[in-house]
Amino acid sequence: MYQFSGKLKLASIILIIVGALGIGYGFLQAPSTVKEAKEIIANQASHGDDHHGETTHHTDKKKEAHGEHHDDDAHAEHVLHQLQNKPWSAVYVSLLFFLGISLLVLAFYAAQRVAQSGWSIVLFRVMEAITANLVPTSIIMLVIIIASVMHMNHLFSWMTPGTFDPTSPKYDAIVDGKSWWINVPGWTIRGIIYLLLWNAYRFFIRRSSIAEDTANDGNKTFKKNYNVSVVFILVFMLTESMATWDWIMGIDPHWFSTLFGWYVLASLLVSALTVIAFVTIYLRSKNALPGVNDSHIHDLAKFMFGFSVFWTYLWFAQFMLIWYANIPEETTYFMARFNEYKLPFLSMLVMNFVFPILLLINSDFKSIPWFVIIGGIVILTGHYVDIFVMVMPGTVGVQWSFGIAELGAFLFFLGIFIFTVFSSFAKANPIPKGNPFLKESEHFHYYNIEHRGESADHH
Amino acid sequence: MESSKVIHALYNDDEILLDAVKAVKAEHHHIEEVFCPFPVHGLDKAMGLAPTRLAITAFMYGITGLGIAIWMTNYMMIQDWPQDIGGKPSFSWFENMPAFVPIMFELTVFFAAHLMVITFYMRSRIWPFKEAENPDPRTTDDHFLMEIPVGDNEEDLKALLSKTGAVEINVVDKH
Repeated sequence: MYQFSGKLKLASIILIIVGALGIGYGFLQAPSTVKEAKEIIANQASHGDDHHGETTHHTDKKKEAHGEHHDDDAHAEHVLHQLQNKPWSAVYVSLLFFLGISLLVLAFYAAQRVAQSGWSIVLFRVMEAITANLVPTSIIMLVIIIASVMHMNHLFSWMTPGTFDPTSPKYDAIVDGKSWWINVPGWTIRGIIYLLLWNAYRFFIRRSSIAEDTANDGNKTFKKNYNVSVVFILVFMLTESMATWDWIMGIDPHWFSTLFGWYVLASLLVSALTVIAFVTIYLRSKNALPGVNDSHIHDLAKFMFGFSVFWTYLWFAQFMLIWYANIPEETTYFMARFNEYKLPFLSMLVMNFVFPILLLINSDFKSIPWFVIIGGIVILTGHYVDIFVMVMPGTVGVQWSFGIAELGAFLFFLGIFIFTVFSSFAKANPIPKGNPFLKESEHFHYYNIEHRGESADHH
Repeated sequence: MESSKVIHALYNDDEILLDAVKAVKAEHHHIEEVFCPFPVHGLDKAMGLAPTRLAITAFMYGITGLGIAIWMTNYMMIQDWPQDIGGKPSFSWFENMPAFVPIMFELTVFFAAHLMVITFYMRSRIWPFKEAENPDPRTTDDHFLMEIPVGDNEEDLKALLSKTGAVEINVVDKH
């Protein structure tokens, strides 16, 4: 049985503390009044090297001859909200990244049970351990949901009072047209329901999977787990799509894309598989996973490769239709990203498509841990940037940067991830003994590769 | 080796065949050929055949297809008959490139797939109306056949093969 070492525990706690300090610093740096925001704007304007100075707001302002002073105030308030959003967005990006990875590992795990796959049984406890991170990330998500509803941040512009009120100067007819879906009570209740459903399945399947080890009841527990997983897959597909509309697409409430849910799914799924591969390689190097051989790593790397291509396909499918049709209400999304986020937006295509394609296309490389780790680090960085570019333009706009708050938030969630995942892995037998497909998984050998460090006599 | 004798050992299961091939190779006998009704994973490795280079040709065919697609879209849409579709009359291949990505993708796949199949047929010396080379029609149904040339070790080989689970062992003259 695996022991969660004190060294690793200490490292994770240090990460959490350092991360929390970074987030706290971000909140302290944010201006609290319009006056402070104006000072920051003046500072930015005086710096000649500031790339983000020329914004659409400035050009809009010049066109309007009247109300120069009023516009200045409105602009300052706008910037104030963006700057106040910065630490929140930093937390939100990392939160979505880690919450999404844990959720997609759970969904992948459920898919393995539904498919009654043979190869992945020895990885079940790794996947279950990673889903343990769903609990703390869900709690923090709940906090963010409540904070947003209570107007402690301005992540969701449509929550501004007056958006749905035709008499208000802040009235937004486009958003009001979707008010049957996009309204505060519905949004809040839905968010809580998603989190509850996901955590309920996780709670059940983890307990029942451990019960399977010692059940010895003619696979009755196994079949029950199968049935519940079938239901979860259906629930997951619906809730995941809706959650991405609510939590990510709702940041740009005027814009919509029908395949956005799948696009986010692809991004998080390839990250989830990379994380499974990382944790597996780490635990295997500590001799904590006796049943895992090179073929299992090879299969995970194949999934990383395949879903990288799938992500690119969806990214391009979404981009090309909007580019070709050239309808203003659709192109705004890409305009914002091409204008202010060019470097992260385009570099992520290289990291998420070109690099994994070139590195992982060779069959032999896919079972070599070093290659999988190098490819995986680039894939994870690329998909973090993907989430970053999904969230930031609608919340902080031109005021974006990657600084202490953003790094702190990432380290904070990384610390929580390490703590929950490895303490959860230490709590159960690393081999799911009761699974009827266990033997098949232990003997799994992809015919085209040699297993290093063991005899290759079984096939 | 003109008019040499060969042993035909027949098997009715791919797993048994694979173990038999390994056993025969372990005794340092040369296996001339194995005939199967379907591809058996790992058989090439067990027989000690060199790895296939078909994947490399597929890659080169794919690159060729990509190149032709780029040339073709540029010639048709930009050079020969410039077209203004959807208000994008830039007459520059690169600026219209997103519209050509599906074409580039499809032609890459088309070239890689078709030329790879044709290459495979040519390397396997298969063409329309060619007479089948397999020595026993049962290898197109549910039997596997291992062909081993024999010198003066016929009895040894027969004993070895029957031990490996062959359902039938025939010694035939090959011309």
